[in-house]
Amino acid sequence: MNRVTGWFLFPLTLVTVATLAAPLAAQEIPAAVAKAEQTRIAAIAKATTSAVSVFANGGRGGGSGVVITPDGYALTNFHVVKPAGSAMKCSMADNRLYDAVIVGIDPVGDVAMIKLLGRDDFPCATLADSDKVQVGDWCFAIGNPFLLATDFQPTVTYGIVSGVHRYQYPAGTLLEYADCIQTDASITPGNSGGPLFNANGDLIGINGRGSFEKRGRVNVGVGYAISINQIKHFMGYLRSGRIVDHATLGATVATDENGRVIVSNILESSDAYRRGLRYGDEVISFGNRRISTVNGFKNVLGIFPRGWRVPLEYRRDTETFKTLVRLSGVHSPEQLLAKIQRPPQQGPKPNPDQPKEKPGEEKQPPRRQPPRPQAGPAPKMPAAVAKYFKARRGYTNYYFNLLNRDRIWNQFQGETDCTGMDGKWTLSGTIPNRGDVEIILDTNEIRADFPQGQVKVDLTKDFDTQLAPAGSGGLLVALQVWKKLLTEGPAQFGDVHYLGTAPVLNQEGVFDVLIGTRNVVETRFMFDTQTGKMIGLEMYPDLSVDPCEISFSDYRDVQGRSLPHLLKVRYGNNDFAQIKLTNYALPAASTNKKSP
Amino acid sequence: MLPMNHIKRTRTYLCLFAAACLLLSNASSYGQKNSFSTVSIGVQSKMVKIYGAGGIKGLEAYQSGFLISEQGHILTVWSYVLDTDYITAVLNDGRKFQAKLVGADPRLEIAILKVETDRVDFFAPKTAVDLEAGDRVLAFSNLYGVATGDEPASVLHGIVSAKTPLDARRGAFKTTYRGPVLILDAMTNNPGAAGGALTNRDGKLVGILGKELRNALTNTWLNYAIPMSELNQAIDDIMAGKTRPRSVDETAKRPERPHSLHKLGILLVPDLLTKTPPFVDRVRSNSAAAKKGLKADDLILFVNDRMTDSCKTLKNELSLIDQIDSVQLIIQRGQELLEMELNLTDGT
Repeated sequence: MNRVTGWFLFPLTLVTVATLAAPLAAQEIPAAVAKAEQTRIAAIAKATTSAVSVFANGGRGGGSGVVITPDGYALTNFHVVKPAGSAMKCSMADNRLYDAVIVGIDPVGDVAMIKLLGRDDFPCATLADSDKVQVGDWCFAIGNPFLLATDFQPTVTYGIVSGVHRYQYPAGTLLEYADCIQTDASITPGNSGGPLFNANGDLIGINGRGSFEKRGRVNVGVGYAISINQIKHFMGYLRSGRIVDHATLGATVATDENGRVIVSNILESSDAYRRGLRYGDEVISFGNRRISTVNGFKNVLGIFPRGWRVPLEYRRDTETFKTLVRLSGVHSPEQLLAKIQRPPQQGPKPNPDQPKEKPGEEKQPPRRQPPRPQAGPAPKMPAAVAKYFKARRGYTNYYFNLLNRDRIWNQFQGETDCTGMDGKWTLSGTIPNRGDVEIILDTNEIRADFPQGQVKVDLTKDFDTQLAPAGSGGLLVALQVWKKLLTEGPAQFGDVHYLGTAPVLNQEGVFDVLIGTRNVVETRFMFDTQTGKMIGLEMYPDLSVDPCEISFSDYRDVQGRSLPHLLKVRYGNNDFAQIKLTNYALPAASTNKKSP
Repeated sequence: MLPMNHIKRTRTYLCLFAAACLLLSNASSYGQKNSFSTVSIGVQSKMVKIYGAGGIKGLEAYQSGFLISEQGHILTVWSYVLDTDYITAVLNDGRKFQAKLVGADPRLEIAILKVETDRVDFFAPKTAVDLEAGDRVLAFSNLYGVATGDEPASVLHGIVSAKTPLDARRGAFKTTYRGPVLILDAMTNNPGAAGGALTNRDGKLVGILGKELRNALTNTWLNYAIPMSELNQAIDDIMAGKTRPRSVDETAKRPERPHSLHKLGILLVPDLLTKTPPFVDRVRSNSAAAKKGLKADDLILFVNDRMTDSCKTLKNELSLIDQIDSVQLIIQRGQELLEMELNLTDGT
């Protein structure tokens, strides 16, 4: 009987297919639709190659990511790597599983950089300009929702951009989504850390959060992606292997009854205060964006790292002021460490990769979860990964800090090797229209003749109380620190670490920054990322006061090494002097002996 | 006269130039053509963020709305958010107004607010379009209160999944609306989205996003919109002042022997707020109200088709009705709307 039924069914199926196929074949697909379809297919095909599915070792959850450089640097969420630890496995659409190591984390911005190992020709995403993204644009997310990519193939979810420049308050204690992209493309647990692409398949953001409230942990058409432009600002910091902090202006703002955004509180110790900002001033623009809401102000704060200088325009009565303010950190290093270095978890969290909710939201009763593999203690780091990892307190992975510090220094040394030339340095020159200058950087003291008189610094005493000449913020101390770095190198100088990349006053682009502490002062040394030249420094006798800033240019040969011959010195809001050096008298290189 | 080969060459260059222009324009316009960004910009200028009562757990103090007249009329949903004298409406350009409640239709769960401005961009309700299942839609709203000030509303995309009467009944979806709705596959049923605008792919108005609706049996949320064709008559009535309380008109003629709550046997909750919702606290037995089945906790929404949004308005409205006339009440009991006619002669 069954055989008879089966026999009849088969031709019936054929007839049905033939009947259905005929009208389908006859239908003409409009050329525009066919073209749009092909464009979409091509964009997804292009984008899929760079998508990463992150799996924490030992069944400790996972998420998504995206490769952004051929040598394997990839972006994901901090909340994805936090339970994973310092090493993880990453699959890609090429059906291969790669080891990956943690590089740097931005816990407040919920971003982490990891490095996939084993290739130097990884397919990588093209980074778009996310400020050009508009509400209504098509976009798509690629990722590992519900950790489905155990077959290595990521999931694509399509949608539109629902909002741009959105601000989402910190969830819990740290995570803050500022200036993010809102999308109705399905973002579910496991999509965290994965890429959001525009219709051309270029990377516009990193997915990581959704609004859920009483709907439970399912997509409700409201997902948020950290804009790639924000991450571009943090890229150098993330490569530094550090725990990166976000910034504060040292002032809070509120909307007044007329809808103006005004300063509602300000710290007198903040750079903003020193630049002239006061209580009650109206913030007109910040970070070159017009500010009309408190959210807009917080958006700008959220996209810049601590230590960056950002343009600020404010109004008092009828007068408008423009200035640059240095952003300070939200947390002290110890606070940040305390918040992220909690005791290791006992066993797995139910869904460690889930996007975070807004604080104060209604919690649903726990849903029944499919059984998950039991996770034991974090497994030992594979040998292939261990050589890319160096633990140090305050760093995510000190290996990458050293890697960058040495990269910068080696490039700089190529033309400016002063190693072992400790001894008396005599710098002679002029300050145009003011007179001659001679600065003697000796072993135990600095003596200098300026047009306004003679000054000295005793190098056996604390530097922060000898900020001569007056009005310079400590030019002589700054030059001493500079000389010491040149002659001793970062390894001998003291604690020198790589900060990341940051903009510099009156210069286009961003520059590599090394930070060194000597005596009691902290100094930032800025290097051109292309030429490797040191283009300036900022010497801080105290982090709550203005630094002495020196910009170095007009590099010329001095006894076989390239040294700057134009020093522009600035302190606070004022230019102190432009010193044109005409001669360097340097000692011969000798075995280095540490001195002040 | 130009030589022939020169003309040919010029023509060739022109053709090449035209082709290059076409290619360039195609390339640059591709992103625009395949984006709803222009449509979004056109709609955003008509969207309104509304803030009012609420703010306690589970009751958001915000919802969405959109402008429907050049004079600043705003269509939104009738909800607890409007139970206050201080309704704030923020237009797309960030201007903030204290909005007045013009009127409401609780059967359709819509309300109309007005802000004192003019020359605003608006949707003309009468020009709204009808859609069928399968049509593309865009949903504009301030879901989750994400946008503030001059920040634009959120936009979701989807299609009309079905056009069907709302299957609302006790135990499933709780709503007073019983008419046809557009079921959407866009996730519109989110906090704060109610009152938002549903448009077609060209940004033409289609309907209003409905209030949050959860199926208590399945714990699912229904994404739906009420088509404008169902609302236009009510909008006309509200804007014409037909539902506005007569008591706001101080020149209105009052009868010598008017109705009163006491005579009808109705005791309201204590009038402690500036706008206390007229909930029934107690009904005197054997009174006209008791005979018609009015109960404690009923909310009196309308008296003779005039909206009564507070205890004060209700008392005033009754004072305008002669005792010899009957009183038509529309009350809300739970999620049900009931109508009843009270005659003083019915009670004792």
